[in-house]
Amino acid sequence: PHCRWILYQLSHQGSPIEDELEMTMVCHRPEGLEQLEAQTNFTKRELQVLYRGFKNECPSGVVNEETFKQIYAQFFPHGDASMYAHYLFHAFDTTQTGSVKFEDFVTALSILLRGTVHEKLRWTFNLYDINKDGYINKEEMMDIVKAIYDMMGKYTYPVLKEDTPRQHVDIFFQKMDKNKDGIVTLDEFLESCQEDDNIMRSLQLFQNVM
Amino acid sequence: MAAGVAAWLPFARAAAIGWMPVANCPMPLAPADKNKRQDELIVLNVSGRRFQTWRTTLERYPDTLLGSTEKEFFFNEDTKEYFFDRDPEVFRCVLNFYRTGKLHYPRYECISAYDDELAFYGILPEIIGDCCYEEYKDRKRENAERLMDDNDSENNQESMPSLSFRQTMWRAFENPHTSTLALVFYYVTGFFIAVSVITNVVETVPCGTAPGSKELPCGERYSVAFFCLDTACVMIFTVEYLLRLFAAPSRYRFIRSVMSIIDVVAIMPYYIGLVMTNNEDVSGAFVTLRVFRVFRIFKFSRHSQGLRILGYTLKSCASELGFLLFSLTMAIIIFATVMFYAEKGSSASKFTSIPASFWYTIVTMTTLGYGDMVPKTIAGKIFGSICSLSGVLVIALPVPVIVSNFSRIYHQNQRADKRRAQKKARLARIRVAKTGSSNAYLHSKRNGLLNEALELMGTPEEEHMGKTTSLIESQHHHLLHCLEKTTGLSYLVDDPLLSVRTSTIKNHEFIDEQMFEQNCMESSMQNYPSTRSPSLSSHPGLTTTCCSRRSKKTTHLPNSNLPATRLRSMQELSTIHIQGSEQPSLTTSRSSLNLKADDGLRPNCKTSQITTAIISIPTPPALTPEGESRPPPASPGPNTNIPSIASNVVKVSAL
Repeated sequence: PHCRWILYQLSHQGSPIEDELEMTMVCHRPEGLEQLEAQTNFTKRELQVLYRGFKNECPSGVVNEETFKQIYAQFFPHGDASMYAHYLFHAFDTTQTGSVKFEDFVTALSILLRGTVHEKLRWTFNLYDINKDGYINKEEMMDIVKAIYDMMGKYTYPVLKEDTPRQHVDIFFQKMDKNKDGIVTLDEFLESCQEDDNIMRSLQLFQNVM
Repeated sequence: MAAGVAAWLPFARAAAIGWMPVANCPMPLAPADKNKRQDELIVLNVSGRRFQTWRTTLERYPDTLLGSTEKEFFFNEDTKEYFFDRDPEVFRCVLNFYRTGKLHYPRYECISAYDDELAFYGILPEIIGDCCYEEYKDRKRENAERLMDDNDSENNQESMPSLSFRQTMWRAFENPHTSTLALVFYYVTGFFIAVSVITNVVETVPCGTAPGSKELPCGERYSVAFFCLDTACVMIFTVEYLLRLFAAPSRYRFIRSVMSIIDVVAIMPYYIGLVMTNNEDVSGAFVTLRVFRVFRIFKFSRHSQGLRILGYTLKSCASELGFLLFSLTMAIIIFATVMFYAEKGSSASKFTSIPASFWYTIVTMTTLGYGDMVPKTIAGKIFGSICSLSGVLVIALPVPVIVSNFSRIYHQNQRADKRRAQKKARLARIRVAKTGSSNAYLHSKRNGLLNEALELMGTPEEEHMGKTTSLIESQHHHLLHCLEKTTGLSYLVDDPLLSVRTSTIKNHEFIDEQMFEQNCMESSMQNYPSTRSPSLSSHPGLTTTCCSRRSKKTTHLPNSNLPATRLRSMQELSTIHIQGSEQPSLTTSRSSLNLKADDGLRPNCKTSQITTAIISIPTPPALTPEGESRPPPASPGPNTNIPSIASNVVKVSAL
């Protein structure tokens, strides 16, 4: 019991209003600094900086989807980042509770910034797999790609055409779907990504973000 | 992007990994993180109160003082902190802005002080949060109004020399305090308004009976007298109206203004009456017109501030009054209808129709209760009581709004008047302070000369030094002195009393030239030994020989080798000569503005007596008042009479 809950959060997902009420009453304090340091790949100092930013935006200690969306939207003022943020949130919220605690947040960040290639790809697969069934099908990929394109907004050059996302998804599936059965499994995904130099290189891009 | 969210940038960048497998082309390189500093605490010392915050907090707003490199100007190397010599209270709000992204305006803070601080830190007031923005705007508006008020009253009081006759007249009309004539006019018109109103009233009073006839009102008994009075008043009013019309800067606007309409309405009945006296039919209408004469009483509003405020209040409360009227009308109609139908049954009821019931309802709702119409049925009585109760409520509701409006406007006016009255006293005090500072310059000049003289003499002489001036003051005075030297002019003290006061410092007195001459003339009889001649420097040395020259009966100008033109260009006001006082027998002829000539002749045997001589020395090289023999200068000019106090007396411009 390192976590102290002022109000115990019910396990079932309530309606959004209930969630909000709970959110205002819940105040979560994270595990100790040492433990987090052990669990993640961050130093104490980095954890401190992360927590300060986290606490500033979410004084209650947990972030819910609305806040998540708002924060993420601030970085993309021209487009609509809400869908992508939605998928992100569900990727962060591993326990599907509807709120992301600081530990979850830091764990995911640790993977994304300091993890191995394998871990990163795994996490990305999890992001794409919206229904968390272990497979990515075309519809899920369409949703993801559309969400990414949405973030660009309306005023782009060249102007976004109707079927650009579809084409993009087709290219993706061509690359990833080894046995052409219309779905991409984790192994296919890992294999295909490791073959692609571009992807490998881009995964290392954010190494020293902190 | 909001400031606090910057802390989430690592997260956003990490989340971008989700795009990588989808991307078809290679990604751009990440920006190198030069100057990768660990986030550090910086200390901000504001007037002694230390605030500490993270560097990144301040860098959220890079276009402010604290967020940019501008703060490096305030960095103190020794203490490794940033020092600001400003108000720590307001700084608290400023720093909170960096922390939370919202700028608040504390109520207890003065608006202009707050604005100054914001301007200093480079923060726009527009970003004040919604919670405090209204308050800020209100206070700002009040302040602006006050400033405008002050400016207006200043403009009014300034003498504008280039006013045309018409403009002076208009000013006299609008502002009776500007000249006595205006004041007289003001009171005369007021008097005549009162007379007119009183005659109108008295006209109708029954005035004793003429024998054998019924009582007549005074108007008819003394009709001639009243007619004359009326004529006189109307003439005055007409003249006044025409004068105002002539003087108004915008005649069209004047004609449309309320006051002029009242004026016209007040005097029209008389003229119409003049025109129509013969016609019998219209005389009935003429009598009605006389009612309008009562409007003359409204002319008093020019004379009374309170009346004007009342009118203005009613105008500004028009909506409340309208609401009052509307709700009353609704209630009257409702209750009149009810009463009519309730009383329909009773015989010989006065409630003959609904409009007839209006009268009852109004009288009851305003709690007048004349009693001329009274309900007789039980239902009527019940509804009648409900009517009177609700009347009180309906009237009581909008009235406080009107009252508070009136109170606010009235107090605003009071405050404006008070401010104007206090302003005069304030300005007078400020003026005294200013002259005090200019005196300080003179003091220090004198003392400065003294100090140098004493240094030259080498005698320790403390008491006469006067108070020591701060570095800033001394530098300021030096600056003024340099200006004097540059231009060859000098500052004047225009108040003789001031120079007397300043001369009360022991033994240091201002002398004006005439007195000086006089004294020197008189003391020329005496023999004064001379001390060593002054140094060649531009400052006076020790002189005693104000009359050493004199004994030679040469009329040397003190700055004898100066070309006369130089002397003439100097506007010397007074001279004092400096005397070294090593020899006790030294005497100086001193004269002061107030001393009589013989006083100045008192030989001064005290040691270390120094009278400062204020001497104008346009350029040092030109001045070398020297030793004894000196060719008499060709010296026309105002200083001809001054005997040769000569070389040792260096004239310095006074003041």
